Amino acid sequence: MKFLCLACDQAMEFAERQLPGDGTLAAVFGCPTCGREIAMLANPMETQLVSSLGIKVGGREVPEQPLELVRSSLAEGRPDAFLDDSAPANPSAVQGPVTWSDDAVQRLSHVPTFVRGMVKRIYTDYARERGIERITPEIMDTARTDLGLEGM
Amino acid sequence: MRRFRTYNQVEETGQELPAQVAAQQERLKDRLASVRSIWLVGSGKGGVGKSAVTANLAAALAARSFSVGGLDGDVNGPSLARMLGAERGPLRSDGVGVAPAAGVAGTRVMSMDLLLGSADAPLRWREPDAAAGFIWQSTLEAGAVREFLSDVAWGTLDILLIDLPPGTDKLSRALQLIPEPAGVLLVTTPSEAARAAVARSARLVREAGVRRAGLIVNMAGHACSSCGHVDALFAAAADHRLVQESGMEAWARIPFHAGFATATDAGRPPVLDDPNGPAAAALLALADRVASTLDTEPL
Ligand SMILES: Nc1ncnc2c1ncn2[C@@H]1O[C@H](COP(=O)(O)OP(=O)(O)OP(=O)(O)O)[C@@H](O)[C@H]1O
Ligand SMILES: [Mg+2]
Ligand SMILES: [Zn+2]
Repeated sequence: MKFLCLACDQAMEFAERQLPGDGTLAAVFGCPTCGREIAMLANPMETQLVSSLGIKVGGREVPEQPLELVRSSLAEGRPDAFLDDSAPANPSAVQGPVTWSDDAVQRLSHVPTFVRGMVKRIYTDYARERGIERITPEIMDTARTDLGLEGM
Repeated sequence: MRRFRTYNQVEETGQELPAQVAAQQERLKDRLASVRSIWLVGSGKGGVGKSAVTANLAAALAARSFSVGGLDGDVNGPSLARMLGAERGPLRSDGVGVAPAAGVAGTRVMSMDLLLGSADAPLRWREPDAAAGFIWQSTLEAGAVREFLSDVAWGTLDILLIDLPPGTDKLSRALQLIPEPAGVLLVTTPSEAARAAVARSARLVREAGVRRAGLIVNMAGHACSSCGHVDALFAAAADHRLVQESGMEAWARIPFHAGFATATDAGRPPVLDDPNGPAAAALLALADRVASTLDTEPL
């Protein structure tokens, strides 16, 4: 899937992702020449078609986690199937320690345990790559939108 | 009429889907670089003993000090973890990989069974629209097997055995993921009814140019549970025709033996505990044959 700016005959670049609700995924693409922007809106079914390939519209912000597709797609995973530690997917990207605020920890505790450890690593990787030292619920919101973590 | 450039003529911006698929392929290649050989165990028909053959072969090779992985490619009807006696404890995971479960004789095992809530839980995906689920279910299943290959920390393996779901189509899908397996074992019963299915799978294997392909004729005769004497279960003529029409060599003939099923299904592969039993002996001979290829397999 590529988006072409017809006025400039140039490929548009991915700019941002949003989850406006309703299960909609919005991906914004902009023309690097004229600045024109378009938003591609996908309903949950369309999103699922792409994500069942383990693929993200607009590309990946953080490296894919091991078994990411299985862990994020399985409906009834065994709660204690995984014992996650926090070693990042991309050790060379490590900036410094990342801490979690109490309310961020609280919010993470609502994530089903089958995926919790992985989700924690994704948020941590996201923070590390942006030099964010402390994860708060606000950071989690931004990350969720940026990463298009529908349902996580 | 307006004329557009084609997809490939338009410059890449680096976020396209093909680039992400290529990255997945790369990950798979990196992971499998330390796996010496991959063998696929398939069949045209279900319930013929693929999983039992895979489990016993894996255990027999591991008992001979080979490092052996067992991957359950049947995500809907997983049985390999149980047959290899793998514990259902939590799997250690970090950002790089998920550690396989420990099975009998030091085998390393990955199966959907290890991730599901209970032994009888059916595989269910989170889906926004259950009615349309069939559209992506098979994509998700294929994705799960790809992840089991690429995201499990298999480490260095002499052999990775993949237990496939029944059906020639599933074998075909596996050959897309692993285009050059070290070998394929086609399991069948020697019945007239199996002939067409075996011939189809055999042809697929032949056309794929697979290096080594062996037919495993399972339940070829019945071994008496008290004296071990083997009676023909299916007519010898049917067995003969089946092998001939498949154009494959029979690598093993395994008799039906009730005790073999009980022990295998309970996670105690008889090749370890009862190596002189009639079915186990045939599987140990098969393990010899597969082992003889491992010494020559480059890493
Ligand atoms: N030679 C044999 N003697 C006795 N029992 C056997 C023999 N081979 C397999 N079995 C038993 O038959 C049953 C079916 O075998 P298995 O599950 O291995 O088949 P499968 O081909 O993997 O089935 P599916 O197509 O459902 O994956 C199991 O209980 C197994 O232990
Ligand atoms: Mg099976
Ligand atoms: Zn433009």
